[in-house]
Amino acid sequence: MSAKFDQNDDSVVVIVGSGAGGGTLGNELAQKGVKVVILEAGARTEYTDFVNDEWASFIQLAWKDMRTTSGSWRVHKNFPNLPAWIVKSVGGSTTHWAGASLRLQEHEFKTESAYGRINGANLLDWPITLADLEPYYARAEDKMGVTRTNNLPGLPGSNNFKVMKAGADKLGYKECHTGRMAINSVERDGRNSCHQTGFCFQGCKWGAKWSTLYTEIPKGEATGNLEVRPDSHVAQIEHDASGKVTGVVYFDKDGKTQRQKARIVAVAGNSIESPRLLLNSASSKFPDGLANSSGQVGRNYMRHMTGSVYAVFEKPVHMYRGTTMAGIVRDEARHDDKRGFVGGYELETLSLGLPFMAAFLDPGAWGREFTTALDGYVNMAGMWIVGEDMPQETNRITLSDAKDQWGLQVADVHFDDHANDVAMRNHAYGQGRALYEAVGATRVFPTPPYPSTHNLGTNRMSEKPRDGVVNKHGQTHDISNLFIADGSQFTTGGAENPTLTIVSLAIRQGEFIADQMKANTI
Amino acid sequence: MKLIEGDRPERAVSRRGFMQRSALGVAAIAVTPAGALLNASEAWALDVKGLKPETMKTLILIARDIYPHDKVADKYYAVAMKSYDDKAAADPKAKAEIEAFVAALDGAAGAGGYLGVGWESQRVALLRSESQNPMFDQIRSGLVVSLYNNQEVWPIFGYEGESYSKGGYLERGFNDIDWL
Repeated sequence: MSAKFDQNDDSVVVIVGSGAGGGTLGNELAQKGVKVVILEAGARTEYTDFVNDEWASFIQLAWKDMRTTSGSWRVHKNFPNLPAWIVKSVGGSTTHWAGASLRLQEHEFKTESAYGRINGANLLDWPITLADLEPYYARAEDKMGVTRTNNLPGLPGSNNFKVMKAGADKLGYKECHTGRMAINSVERDGRNSCHQTGFCFQGCKWGAKWSTLYTEIPKGEATGNLEVRPDSHVAQIEHDASGKVTGVVYFDKDGKTQRQKARIVAVAGNSIESPRLLLNSASSKFPDGLANSSGQVGRNYMRHMTGSVYAVFEKPVHMYRGTTMAGIVRDEARHDDKRGFVGGYELETLSLGLPFMAAFLDPGAWGREFTTALDGYVNMAGMWIVGEDMPQETNRITLSDAKDQWGLQVADVHFDDHANDVAMRNHAYGQGRALYEAVGATRVFPTPPYPSTHNLGTNRMSEKPRDGVVNKHGQTHDISNLFIADGSQFTTGGAENPTLTIVSLAIRQGEFIADQMKANTI
Repeated sequence: MKLIEGDRPERAVSRRGFMQRSALGVAAIAVTPAGALLNASEAWALDVKGLKPETMKTLILIARDIYPHDKVADKYYAVAMKSYDDKAAADPKAKAEIEAFVAALDGAAGAGGYLGVGWESQRVALLRSESQNPMFDQIRSGLVVSLYNNQEVWPIFGYEGESYSKGGYLERGFNDIDWL
């Protein structure tokens, strides 16, 4: 029987969002006896109701509320109101993600020191090191059941992986395997093992892939200290005359405004909604938005230097059979500027069904050159490139003139590639092509970045308040009882998928918040 | 408007329709005296309620020329475009817009109209000259879903669709590649 807290109970911690950050933080605090209300904008769809159908699942789970875009990125041209493919549902993007769980590398916490001055890039060292986060990475890997950690076997190799591995071997790559995946390779934690169903992005109907929806959230609810309110869209964070936050205003499922008082507020709406909420909470005391004395709220938006490579072979691959992220090549993730760029990238297998391949292989394209590519669908293999993109102050979330269904200004996402991003992407396209051609690809398609599934950096961590929004605990520099708990905390993006780091930061932040509450400092 | 499949419908077919029945591609679609589209060789017929039947037939060819797949039968392009007839039947402004778009292509094509242009490459050149027309991109982007999200089309490409109810692919070939 889960909790139900009074809206006037100002002793609760309110968390906005229920994904990797919000869901984990909520459970961690609940386990320590702290009372938590998670307000989630989306509905509560349980994993048994997920659908193995790309467009129907998109309609079920994806964030489709209005957003605008600007800048020279191709997403603005092809998908002007869809800057990101992320989730509006209980569990957040942990329902949709592929499960890749990699630790950031040591130098990726100190890129300003490691890469030097890069023109136009707002590089900054994190206020924490890998050593600080290692104990929490270990706990997160255990919590999530990451394969190749804690004596858990790697997942078996699918057809798509086998093509990648054969090509990787030909190129002399040394670190190619089926990944460190938060997907049960054996039954564990009361959940099924993976059945290689192939609709990871549409939510795992087996519950084999880790998602806060059916792990952290029910565990937190079972303590009696966690209440999750779905269909609750937080519009504004309120504060008192001294500047301390006092609670939030949200729209409920009937469109009525509600207020939930709070002792502490933690924002975990992912990197587009979190800064939007801070900006939309501007007041006479905070005319530039909450926690924005540095002017960095919304800035430094990163989406990883992304892109894909698909290749057609003479014989069938059936890449859609099995997990989407079925393997990885890690050799290029190192920092090695002899390649012509700083930072590195991971190559990870990827597969789309026919409907999404038609939409994303080459958006806007038509005619025989395009259709002959789709004719080769069953003979296709594919990979996704995840690389470190440069933080730029001009890549940012701002408030658009456009308004949403509640009359609130929506987020505009502005993005331009940095020269380093372009050089890295071109290198990665070349390596992907070489890998597939080494095993007989007849056609290779360098595919442009999709609407962003990794969104980072817009409330970044910094040592000094003037350089960022939060400190090493994700506590905003300006307001001691206002926290950020999602990937918008990232100072830089690294080459690795962000979820493991988000979960690790949430575990660490949960300790900090509980200690501070016990000591009555917040 | 409905797409009727299966047995050949009981309709009087003109001699011209009979002659066209044996032709390939969209030429195999006959316009019946009742104003419907009939493809006897593929065994389907289409009632056309909003647009002129020739316009609907032209839209089917336009759809194929935008996303040509020789193994995909006309029926699937017809299904993909039928919403334009629905919209035209419901809204005179929509009807005028789509008729005007097709008329512009017919005009640019010359005698015989778009349907009379023999080579795909020539028709594609005509489409390209209209590609800045917002109606072109509306049709193209609509087809991305209406053509490729049709579950009956998926087996033609070898895509197997839904998997959970069959236990996933663990026992059904997830790692069966044999040519590496």
